[in-house]
Amino acid sequence: MQAIRRVIGRAVPVGRTNIDTDQIIPAAWTKKIARTGFADGLFQNWRRDPAFVLNEPERRGAKILISGPNFGCGSSREHAVWALRDYGFQAVIAASFAGIYRTNLPHNGLVPVVAPAAAVDALLAVTTADTTVEIIIDVVRRVVSCEQAGVAETHFFLDDDAHYRLINGLDAIDMTLQLDARISEYELRRPNWLPNCDGTVHTSAP
Amino acid sequence: MTLMEKIWNQHVIDRGDADLLYIDLHLMHEVTSPQAFEGMRRSGRKLRRPDLTIATADHDVPTSGVALALTDVLGARQLQLQIANCREFGIELHPMGSAGQGIVHVIAPEMGLTQPGMAIVCGDSHTATHGAFGALAFGIGTSQVEHVLATQTLRIAKPRTLAVTVEGQLRPGTTAKDLVLAIIGAVGVNGGTDTLIEYRGECIRALSMAGRMTVCNMAIEAGARSGLVAPDDTTLRYLEGRQRAPKGHQWARAVEHWQTLRTDQNAVFDVEVVLDGGSVRPQATWGTNPSQTVHIDGRVPDPATLNEPVGREAARRAQEYMGLEPGTAMSDIPISTVFIGSCTNGRLEDLRAAAEVVRGRRVASTVRALVVPGSARVKQQAEQEGLDKDFLAAGFEWRLPGCSMCVGINGDVVAPGTHSASTSNRNFEGRQGVDARTHLVSPESAAATAIAGHLVSAASLD
Repeated sequence: MQAIRRVIGRAVPVGRTNIDTDQIIPAAWTKKIARTGFADGLFQNWRRDPAFVLNEPERRGAKILISGPNFGCGSSREHAVWALRDYGFQAVIAASFAGIYRTNLPHNGLVPVVAPAAAVDALLAVTTADTTVEIIIDVVRRVVSCEQAGVAETHFFLDDDAHYRLINGLDAIDMTLQLDARISEYELRRPNWLPNCDGTVHTSAP
Repeated sequence: MTLMEKIWNQHVIDRGDADLLYIDLHLMHEVTSPQAFEGMRRSGRKLRRPDLTIATADHDVPTSGVALALTDVLGARQLQLQIANCREFGIELHPMGSAGQGIVHVIAPEMGLTQPGMAIVCGDSHTATHGAFGALAFGIGTSQVEHVLATQTLRIAKPRTLAVTVEGQLRPGTTAKDLVLAIIGAVGVNGGTDTLIEYRGECIRALSMAGRMTVCNMAIEAGARSGLVAPDDTTLRYLEGRQRAPKGHQWARAVEHWQTLRTDQNAVFDVEVVLDGGSVRPQATWGTNPSQTVHIDGRVPDPATLNEPVGREAARRAQEYMGLEPGTAMSDIPISTVFIGSCTNGRLEDLRAAAEVVRGRRVASTVRALVVPGSARVKQQAEQEGLDKDFLAAGFEWRLPGCSMCVGINGDVVAPGTHSASTSNRNFEGRQGVDARTHLVSPESAAATAIAGHLVSAASLD
């Protein structure tokens, strides 16, 4: 995985609250078995409106999505992150995210920037008015800034585990497997009345 | 200590900003797993615990009985891939047509696989359903699915605790579904963010396991990571004798442990909400998220009168999407599709309640009504009780088990611009079909609505 230490770029401000993953990518896209190719699904229904912000030609190449609170609520589908990634986004800024979505972002090298509401509002306002404004996200120091928005270096929340993986380009599974001995140790202690699965593909009933 | 913290501590392998928890049961379905299996193949890693992994086909499954390949090439391929993956990795799978197949959150409890004190995950947000048994149950993304396959663990930040205490009793005709909609209306879709909801109080205790599953299922819609109900005699009565439940001496030992699974008297929750169960009325959502709900005999609210958590701008936008004017009587909204099913309300008890309402009556000529049992077992039991005949005689379609119209990716969709009454869990824009307009209701209300052709509670039907 590539290390992500800084994101600098223009933004697409979608100032709505409670943007659910059905809006980020319609459910039908989850029938794809590949891991890439989801760009056309991003905000597919909202994009039917020519006035939708993602359709603005000047926004092309933007790397940062800014949203209202509770971004990514609803379904756990990680396709809602893959769509952002495939479209070219590298970070999402919001005052809050749905828990599952916030966890899914760094697994794909995207940065969830949980920033104070006042800063998010300022960023939304300035980037809505001016498509050329650039935002600087320093992932290593966990600060976000934007001169034109009057946002001086502002600390954002990113949990230590996701932070460490992102800035060092580490794979979560590799990191956990370093604790293999402790996992085995735990397994020996599990009560033996816990249920098991039978490992069989059950064929259709006659 | 709260119950959540007790179970959490019993599963921690490593502590950090996010703790590493051991996973007792990994539930899988065909939609969120293909990329995880591909990742396993690419990395050459071994599936750590096939004996703690089980899969079913639910999201893509056509409920019509028509051969899959004729209707949905992508879905057919995904289902075939699931069979191939489960064969390759040695995973228990209940595919379409098998006796144990069904919606993943319906089949695990009915098999007795979901038990108190377990840590359970699935690549599906409604995994919260299993919290009804006093288990820690989390929905996860596909990358985490791969992580669980390879390590049998989950790295997850410990949520804050939210106690939702419901005292009193539900009025006759008011159900667990109405209760949870009322709770979400009060808490908001963001109100439970970063928390785990423990449902407490005499009204919760009085719910059956199916009712508790409905309530936990929709904890996610209040923004919570999951829901939880402490196990009690109702839980034990449900579990005893089930296929994968412990037996004999093992049962006694398990029960001894399960009886320790309750929040301590002096435990402190981070947030507390208290409701009177007797104040809840049959609900129907009017908007595009589950918090936008009202009494089914009420009116579409004026956005100007709404405060947080629902929000005025969100309400205005929702009503525009739904094509609803403020002040409109809910009973004046024409419903052209009624869907009874889903992991929220697709169990035998839900079907019995709906059948009771429709028996001897006919679906309105303007309505397409379908019943999708939550599993093959539920379907079989329902047929043994003659419920299928009640539904068919009334003019409902009686279908094969699957997620169906809840998420609408198997061909069961609501037509654009039309209104549905659905016993599922989400009324988001476009959820049941492009430009579909969904009203979430209880099974009883859905049944009554099918008869009347408009939103109505069962009690108001006559």
